[in-house]
Amino acid sequence: MSTFSRRLRTLVATGTIVTVALALAGCGARAGDGTPGAESAAPSCVDTSGDTIKLGFLNSLTGGMAISEKTVSNVLHMAADEINAGGGILGKKIKYIQEDGATDWPTFAEKAEKLLTQDCVAAIFGGWTSSSRKAVKPVVEKHNGLFFYPVQYEGLESSPNIYYTGATTNQQIIPAMDFLASKGVKRLFLAGSDYVFPRTANAIIKLYAAKLGIQIVGEEYVPLDKDDWTTQVAKIVAAKPDFIFNTINGSSNVGFIKAYYDAGLTAATTPIISVSIAEEEAPAMGHEITGQYASWNYFESLKTDTNPKFIKSWKAYPNSSGVTSDPMEAAYISLYLYKALVEAAGSFDVDAVNAAAKKNTITFAAPEGTVTLDGENHHISKPGHIGRINANNQFDIVWSSDKFIAPDPFLKGYDWFPANVRDQLVKAAG
Amino acid sequence: MTKLKPRLSLIGIGVFAVLLLVVAPLVLTDHWLSNLGKYCCWAIAAVGIGLAWGRGGMLVMGQGVFFALGAYSMAMHLTLETAGAGVPGFMVLYDPLAPLPAFWEPFRSAAFTLLAIVLLPVIVAGLLGYALFKRRVKGAYFAILSQALAVALATLISSTIRETGGDTGLSDFKYFFGFVLEDPANRVMVYLIAAALLVVCLLVVWQLYRSRFGELLVATRDAEERVRFLGYDPATVKLVAFVLAALMASIGGAMFVPIVGIITPAEIGAAASILMIAGVAFGGRASLFGPALGAMAVGWGQSSLGSAWPEGWTYIVGLLFIVVILFLPKGLSSLLPRFTAARRSPGEQPAAGTAAPELEAVQS
Repeated sequence: MSTFSRRLRTLVATGTIVTVALALAGCGARAGDGTPGAESAAPSCVDTSGDTIKLGFLNSLTGGMAISEKTVSNVLHMAADEINAGGGILGKKIKYIQEDGATDWPTFAEKAEKLLTQDCVAAIFGGWTSSSRKAVKPVVEKHNGLFFYPVQYEGLESSPNIYYTGATTNQQIIPAMDFLASKGVKRLFLAGSDYVFPRTANAIIKLYAAKLGIQIVGEEYVPLDKDDWTTQVAKIVAAKPDFIFNTINGSSNVGFIKAYYDAGLTAATTPIISVSIAEEEAPAMGHEITGQYASWNYFESLKTDTNPKFIKSWKAYPNSSGVTSDPMEAAYISLYLYKALVEAAGSFDVDAVNAAAKKNTITFAAPEGTVTLDGENHHISKPGHIGRINANNQFDIVWSSDKFIAPDPFLKGYDWFPANVRDQLVKAAG
Repeated sequence: MTKLKPRLSLIGIGVFAVLLLVVAPLVLTDHWLSNLGKYCCWAIAAVGIGLAWGRGGMLVMGQGVFFALGAYSMAMHLTLETAGAGVPGFMVLYDPLAPLPAFWEPFRSAAFTLLAIVLLPVIVAGLLGYALFKRRVKGAYFAILSQALAVALATLISSTIRETGGDTGLSDFKYFFGFVLEDPANRVMVYLIAAALLVVCLLVVWQLYRSRFGELLVATRDAEERVRFLGYDPATVKLVAFVLAALMASIGGAMFVPIVGIITPAEIGAAASILMIAGVAFGGRASLFGPALGAMAVGWGQSSLGSAWPEGWTYIVGLLFIVVILFLPKGLSSLLPRFTAARRSPGEQPAAGTAAPELEAVQS
């Protein structure tokens, strides 16, 4: 056979395949054919006929975030066991499927899709970094699923398919700034990991600082997976701030704390206020951090009617880490909040659950106090607390908000937040 | 024998094409079809690695760079398509009043995006390859350099969050060249395009491997100096293979974006680049199907074994890699000829023990 006819055959074969592929394919909806998603989402495959209901837990069990997310996963297991012991949700026992997000955002998207379409879970619980949430968001929106996200974050987001049980900015960042203003802080340095949460949180901090008359004397970022803060801390020393606002996440904190003490900084002269160091992380810093501050909605040291039982159950739980912390408490809330939503709706159906939320009557007696769900923005009310770390790596509460703070993810109630930015963000969020 | 083997391979490609394009969409669920689409994207890049490394002897440890060129070109276009006339949401978040960076602007155009996916890797690999191969950079130096580039690019993207989305990456794409991505029919279409491109890439390397260029490439790999003495320029031969490999990686990256729905620096950095190599080594780097099937097998392992045994999966990959290197240096595909006792194809490196008698035969 001649080379020419062989080449021709190759060409024909290629052409045929491409044509067949395109012909088979050109039948989907195009832009402008109406609202995407709503009618094209496949009907839910959730099986509610038996005496169990499947839920998905999606946490990083491997990779850099595993140290934090394993605890969230374990506390979800504990909450599921508790709920099952109490009769389940609508009389159905929870059967959970645990997936590993592997600290890799596309893996979060893949596993969320698997949980929704293969395992047919009624809802997914988990995630930690904002990046993981942003990877899961389009998936749950596409399949009209539910995702319960248990960690404080940068706000400026809302989705009919996500419930947020951690703090938004006006429940953690803004209380922290109010605390700093009450301490008479004039010069503030911002140190954060280089990703969406610290960047956005600091953008908000800068706007509010201008209103409070606090000067931002520097702003430094280091990638999440890098631990060397030496040069950045040198800049902090040179800038002479009264306080450091720390939005570093994960193990990068260890490098920051080391560089901070190596440079001769101390809690007495240049204290740090953190939004990612809790009871769990404090002993892992590789250095005594007594006297440093953190802003959270829950501390193990919090005196409420419900907290002792939560602490007791967790300490007795087989995979317990020994201490309770804000993100795990928020994860604990998320499962109970889902139970309350489903029981109010009388159904596991996503639209019915969202309709039940809209009535704004869903509450849960959480360890941090009784929280109320906002049915419009899918966040919960929370108290703001500032704790100071003591020698036992527990927090002494030194400041609290006067009441539970209603969630305001788009900062609509704050006149210093530019309205045009909010409009753009709301538009971008769809 | 020499005529039969390419024909068998062509039939193999045909069977593979039918499996991917007809059988898979019929039998697989949406989730597994989109997973298979993802593996196809890695397989496309792997076919290129097979060409450059398996046949050309260039250990391309940084194909993530070219994967990124395609992926980010596509992701920027899809992000802009979703944002409409405005600025993407993540940029508003960090700097509300900043305009769209200048390098994003042309990606509003679909035609420019498609051209960029093809031309960017060709230009970058062309310049890089020309500089390296003319200076006769090879072996470990080439491998280290290509790996360093992948690390550098991933770090650059991570640290330019305002311009590129940083570590969080680009995601939440609503449209693919006017098609609504949420529509299951369109997702099948995107899968079919990726699968068809994989088949086309296999056809291209099939044709190359049996051409004079293919012979020359293998000759360059095995005895570069001799090729030079014979009057060929090995630099040009290697450059062509390197550029083609880069182009394939870019195409794989471009299709990865609409299928997976997110691209982050972690998917293009050192670890991702090495995983691509691992798949190729696992499957058999010099064979026609080995790289693609190896990449798909590693992808499948990541999805299913990663679910069943999250902590153990990375150890399995490492162990497999060691076992393959130690006992099957030509990859799993070398098992097949052992069973069928077929003759060694010209692409496979002669083992030291068997090369000598042949040499004697030629001399006598």
